[in-house]
Amino acid sequence: MKMTSTDTMLDEGWVLSPAVALRPEPFGAMAYHFGNRKLTFLKRPDLVRVIRSLEDSPTVRDALVQSGVPEAQWPAYVGALRSLAATDMIRASEGKNND
Amino acid sequence: MTNGISTPVARPTGGSLVDQFEFGLDAPICLTWELTYACNLACVHCLSSSGRRDPRELTTEQCEAVIDELQRMQVFYVNIGGGEPTVRPDFWHLLQYAVDHQVGVKFSTNGIRIDKEKAAFLASTPYVDVQISLDGATAEVNDYVRGPGSYDTAIRALENLNEAGFKDAKVSVVVTRQNVGQLDEFKRIADDHGATLRLTRLRPSGRGADVWDELHPLPEQQRIIYDWLMANGDNVLTGDSFFHLAAFGESLPGLNLCGAGRVVCLIDPVGDVYACPFAIHETFLAGNVLDEGGFKTVWQESELFTELRSPQTSGACTKCAFFDACRGGCMAAKFFTGLPLDGPDPECVQGYGETALAGDRNRPQPSQDHSRSALPKRAQPVMVQLSLTRPDPVAPPVSACAASPLSGFHP
Repeated sequence: MKMTSTDTMLDEGWVLSPAVALRPEPFGAMAYHFGNRKLTFLKRPDLVRVIRSLEDSPTVRDALVQSGVPEAQWPAYVGALRSLAATDMIRASEGKNND
Repeated sequence: MTNGISTPVARPTGGSLVDQFEFGLDAPICLTWELTYACNLACVHCLSSSGRRDPRELTTEQCEAVIDELQRMQVFYVNIGGGEPTVRPDFWHLLQYAVDHQVGVKFSTNGIRIDKEKAAFLASTPYVDVQISLDGATAEVNDYVRGPGSYDTAIRALENLNEAGFKDAKVSVVVTRQNVGQLDEFKRIADDHGATLRLTRLRPSGRGADVWDELHPLPEQQRIIYDWLMANGDNVLTGDSFFHLAAFGESLPGLNLCGAGRVVCLIDPVGDVYACPFAIHETFLAGNVLDEGGFKTVWQESELFTELRSPQTSGACTKCAFFDACRGGCMAAKFFTGLPLDGPDPECVQGYGETALAGDRNRPQPSQDHSRSALPKRAQPVMVQLSLTRPDPVAPPVSACAASPLSGFHP
């Protein structure tokens, strides 16, 4: 993950893909994509909180702040969000309304 | 119970997914739902000893209620089987109902109802996956276990799906002693039909218990399966069913873990919930979906499932260098071959299974059987009785309603 992409993502708006459902689990959550049938296990409850707060946050940075993630950990979280984006689990929010 | 050495006692924070799965999930990941015990075939290794419909099978409304509950629990897809699920008159309705309620469907069929029209319907329905059973890459090998004509039926179904534009059907093969040499041919059949090959392990469950000794792959064949999976594994599905082979060395792709009652379970046609699709026996019966609280309560609170999610004892296996790879193998395979659950898998590739099989063991009696041959005597077809005495060609036929009381009487 390039640092430049970390920086750009922080200021972008992202949301859970409309084809994805999150199911709470004792260890965090399971994300299922009804379109590509990919099942992803989110093993950190903090990450699940960040993903859930994306919906009401204009930017990823806001979601991280709102979820109380220390700034030092932001690159790790952005890395995790990038890999979720790669399988269409989350989408840039400008694509939010054209599903 | 003695302590299973490598099993933690409480759910860890973080850790591997396998560690998490051992303690269970709030809802299954992979739920198998057998819709009927009725089947047009009578495969010799049928896991559920299917044949006849059970009069207590869930009604359409009860099935819809189960789907509603699965939607609430966010069970994202179910594997529907049987019996032959498509012989249920409401099968296509339930399929649509499930898909409309965010419960994707993968169903297993022998292909009997997959004509051109149904293939076109399936191709146009999202969230549906079809799995055609085929246990031989030639009619000779397949029909020996699945019955005459079943090879042609399966191939026709695959052709219909492919022609209709259905993408990525599955060809599902139970690997046996007889077809282990056909793995490349199975792959070619799948490729030729735009399908994906799925290999699963022969389980000694249901009628499989009767033929397991004859059909289960020999020790040297286990190695062939392992090598073939290592070479082709990325393009072949296994339903994680070969995790006992992990003790050959490298782990195979997928979860190397028994998921019974932890991440998988089975709902049978009458609504009974079992720990896994290979464990249809009262020992592994957790409850019924019609019980108070429904499926959710059975999954989350039943005594059996709670026990399966607590630390397991694996006896002598824990001393084996490969224990972390295979974790003692398949519970159902041990149970139905009469081996202790805390010992080695009957097909343990380190050879401990053979030793265990050679010792004293008691195979369990089946707790249910829907085989057509198990019909009560009065309901069995009446075989034509052939008379051994030749009728006298000269004598006139005697009619029961002949007017004369002396009819047929020739002093």
